[in-house]
Amino acid sequence: MADADSWSWFSALALGVSLLKCLFINAYHSTDFEVHRNWLAITHSLPVSRWYHENSSVWTLDYPPLFAWFQWSLSHVAQHFDSNMLRVENLDYVSPSAVLFQRLSVVFTDGVFIYGARECCRCVHEPKEQRDVLSRPSFVLAVLLLWNFGLLVVDHLHFQYNGFLFGFLLLSLAKHLQHRHLQGALLFSILLNLKHIYLYMAPAYGVYLLRSYCFTQDHRDGFVGWRSFSPLRLLTLGAIVTSVCALSFGPFVAMGQLPQVLSRLFPFKRGLCHAYWAPNFWSLYNVLDKILATLGVRLKLLKEADLPQASMTGGLVQEFHHSVLPSVTPSVTLVCTVLSILPALLLLWGTSRGPRAFLRVLLICSLGSFLFGWHVHEKAVLLAILPLSILAVQNREDAGTFLVLTTTGHYSLFPLLFTPAEFPIKVLLMLTFTIYSFTALRKLHSVQGRLVHPLEAAYLLGLIGVAITCEVAFPLSPWQQRLPFLPLLATSVYCSVGICHSFLRLYVSLLRPEEGPHQL
Amino acid sequence: MQTWSLVSICVLLGVVVRWGVSLNSYSGAGKPPMFGDYEAQRHWQEVTYNLPLQEWYFNTTDNDLMYWGLDYPPLTAYHSLICAYVAKSINPEWVELHRSRGYESPKHKLFMRATVLLADLIVFIPAVVLYCLYLTDGSSKKKVSTLFCFLLYPGLILIDYGHFQYNGVSLGFALWGVLALGLGWDALGSLAFCLALNYKQMELYHALPFFCYLLGKSFQLGLMGRGLFLLVRIASAVLGTFALCWLPFLSDPDHAMQVVRRIFPVARGLFEDKVANTWCSLNVLIKVRSILSSDSQIYLSLACTLLAAIPSCLRLLTKPTFWQFKLALANSSLAFFLFSYQVHEKSILLVALPVCLLLNDLPLVAIWFLHASTFSMMPLFLRDGLLVPYVVTSLAFLFFSIYLLSPLEHCSEDTLKLGAYRKLLFFLPKLDLACITRWKFYISVAAMAGLSFVTVALLPPPHLPDLFPLLVTSTAFLQFLGTFIYFNIVQFSETLSRKSQKKKKH
Repeated sequence: MADADSWSWFSALALGVSLLKCLFINAYHSTDFEVHRNWLAITHSLPVSRWYHENSSVWTLDYPPLFAWFQWSLSHVAQHFDSNMLRVENLDYVSPSAVLFQRLSVVFTDGVFIYGARECCRCVHEPKEQRDVLSRPSFVLAVLLLWNFGLLVVDHLHFQYNGFLFGFLLLSLAKHLQHRHLQGALLFSILLNLKHIYLYMAPAYGVYLLRSYCFTQDHRDGFVGWRSFSPLRLLTLGAIVTSVCALSFGPFVAMGQLPQVLSRLFPFKRGLCHAYWAPNFWSLYNVLDKILATLGVRLKLLKEADLPQASMTGGLVQEFHHSVLPSVTPSVTLVCTVLSILPALLLLWGTSRGPRAFLRVLLICSLGSFLFGWHVHEKAVLLAILPLSILAVQNREDAGTFLVLTTTGHYSLFPLLFTPAEFPIKVLLMLTFTIYSFTALRKLHSVQGRLVHPLEAAYLLGLIGVAITCEVAFPLSPWQQRLPFLPLLATSVYCSVGICHSFLRLYVSLLRPEEGPHQL
Repeated sequence: MQTWSLVSICVLLGVVVRWGVSLNSYSGAGKPPMFGDYEAQRHWQEVTYNLPLQEWYFNTTDNDLMYWGLDYPPLTAYHSLICAYVAKSINPEWVELHRSRGYESPKHKLFMRATVLLADLIVFIPAVVLYCLYLTDGSSKKKVSTLFCFLLYPGLILIDYGHFQYNGVSLGFALWGVLALGLGWDALGSLAFCLALNYKQMELYHALPFFCYLLGKSFQLGLMGRGLFLLVRIASAVLGTFALCWLPFLSDPDHAMQVVRRIFPVARGLFEDKVANTWCSLNVLIKVRSILSSDSQIYLSLACTLLAAIPSCLRLLTKPTFWQFKLALANSSLAFFLFSYQVHEKSILLVALPVCLLLNDLPLVAIWFLHASTFSMMPLFLRDGLLVPYVVTSLAFLFFSIYLLSPLEHCSEDTLKLGAYRKLLFFLPKLDLACITRWKFYISVAAMAGLSFVTVALLPPPHLPDLFPLLVTSTAFLQFLGTFIYFNIVQFSETLSRKSQKKKKH
């Protein structure tokens, strides 16, 4: 694979998708566009000490300091496009050149993602006899990463910088796959200081690094060799992580603003679920609560007047009390999350099984916190989808999980784009990606039999029905006026089943003994 | 991977690109009083919906022909009528007589864009898919690559989804005609082509090759036997289609004549605006329009067009093979574009279609020409505010066509069919013609990129306000002329055509 020529397809894929992204410059963008424009303005025109205090816009800076610095550096390019967008008082400022700049900044910073994807593709084990480019695992992985539907939609239509951030994650994963743990740890700590949502993955990183890097030897039965502990390695790791954090948070600690920064980063004032319920466990829980309440009223067990009147998907981020089931507090979600990922972490600690097991545990961590976390956004499902692509091209079992998780996870992003003009784009891109991932993965694992169980296939086909009902039929029906949130609820509940199922599937594949030699 | 999945991915991507372009502005957006082609199409919906058919093509109190009067054949009018019915059911304001003039809203734009996409999905895209799968040769991967490049051709996408027109319909019908002829269904092919002609009169650019191919084929079959039978079948298909399309207008000969007068406006002058054809480029040196009377201009352009088109048509008549047919389509439409009367810059799309058919056979020249054709319409795109989609789609097409069809890797005199040039240039020292062609390609692409950049970035000198558009059209004209000569020579080079004929027999 060292031959530079044989990688020309990678640049073709990358260039193709970058050009496609540029076509969406004039498409719909969400309030996140204004969020990031405001952050550009804040970091550009205010001193550092004001960054986390400024609140003239509702969209206050709530990402960690390194991301603020990233915005600061972007703002220096932005001033050549339109300096008016860099003024804090210009709320909701939109001009053609501001749009052009912001969109292009996402496209160009995606370069990090492209580089990260390329490094991951290099780590993929290639069968020697494979001559057709289209059926090489690295090619399939490159498409699954670069052309990922969710990332395209969230970054280039909805507007965010996830590609840039995932680039760091993929790079870090690639470094771990190449056993360059220190570089991987450095990249991951940078990532954590860019966006703290990646804390979801931190337990897997911590356990894996401690187990596989700080302990140099295993017992013959695979358990940890306590004597082989290397304090030097632990110190190096610690030094890397703390120095990155010091660099990012240090100035704010020095200014005595740490509590203010932290209160911005972790706003527990928000509700259990986002305005649109992310398809997770709590969405099922809420629906169960609703059903029980309705049943209770019907069967005269409950009085309607006693029930708290709050529509859960009314569109407002608010605290919410369940009617029948016990209400959920942040600490409960934390306990549930920890419980859901603990077995995986123990397993990773107990037996040393290399980077592939690490990747699985990492996925379980991100999916576990997605399923049980407090105020989860639907976009967070990408945290599981993208790393799972790496496993999917290597292992049949993971490929099946990938297909279930990606298809449901991607479909659950549909409500993000609700404008009619973008409807064809989301449908077409989703179809493209789904058709590709199914046919390519099936071809890749064709020898070993089917990828998804017929029941799973039926469930996934059911998504088409849900899509037609929620996106086409329902808005035309008279219920649209009375129950506008019903499609969102149905989407969320239907998808959460699939995502819970893929979580369980991941656990099963983790518990199953590894077949064959390590390919990574 | 199976072919079906690759094909569907290509089609889906083609549609995504189309829809992505359609998010941008359109011609005459927010520019009263005349607006642009978008308003023209909307106005036709208004006229056809509200007025009786007898008034569509006449100047009446309710139908001001000076304001985007209907000047396309009946099928366009019927299409507008169907769209108008849908529009009426969504929002009656969109087609209200008189009061809807210049109506613009995001919802209406969405509706109009959707009508273009729907027409494309029904007519154009299936024809492209079938053509690439059944009438190109090579591995299935090669076919899919050709399909992808064909669907990605930026000129058509930008005009239909940016500027706003329904070229996909007329070109799609013409392509259905080519497809049917290629598969040997001659009567069906002529039916499809008649539909194209009745949608847009500019399809006449393709009429001569269709006629010559079918006539030549009948001659080959023997005019007394099966050939005559074929001719009769084709003639009845043509007459039947025409009769059906024109049925409502036939009751009154005057009425039909008025439609014809509307469709062929001879009073408009030799050329309008800046277009990359002979007359406009010649205008820099000789002001033909002021020297000759308008009648003699018509005769001059007619004579030149026929002179330019006839050689390739005669060749096709004597050798009615599919390969000759495709080349003749390109040659004849180029002859019309370069020499005929009242040519628009958008008419280059009529040439681009047959050249797209040659993407698989002559990749380098086809890509070169298609790129130049998009470039020739650049001033129009800039006026419509389509700079970003123009840059993006052109880059994508250039890159992917070169990457997928690899014309530069397999670039030899044989694949470029330069044998005839070698004979013509026998007096010159032995040169590597393939290498020269390749370099010419690089230089012209660089020139086009440079001119695009200059036009966007610099202001023209005050005493020469039209400098850049003129440079653009003359650069494009030179390339069109070169392609015209090249395609003619390829069509006449004996040995090569025989070789391809063997390959192309269906």
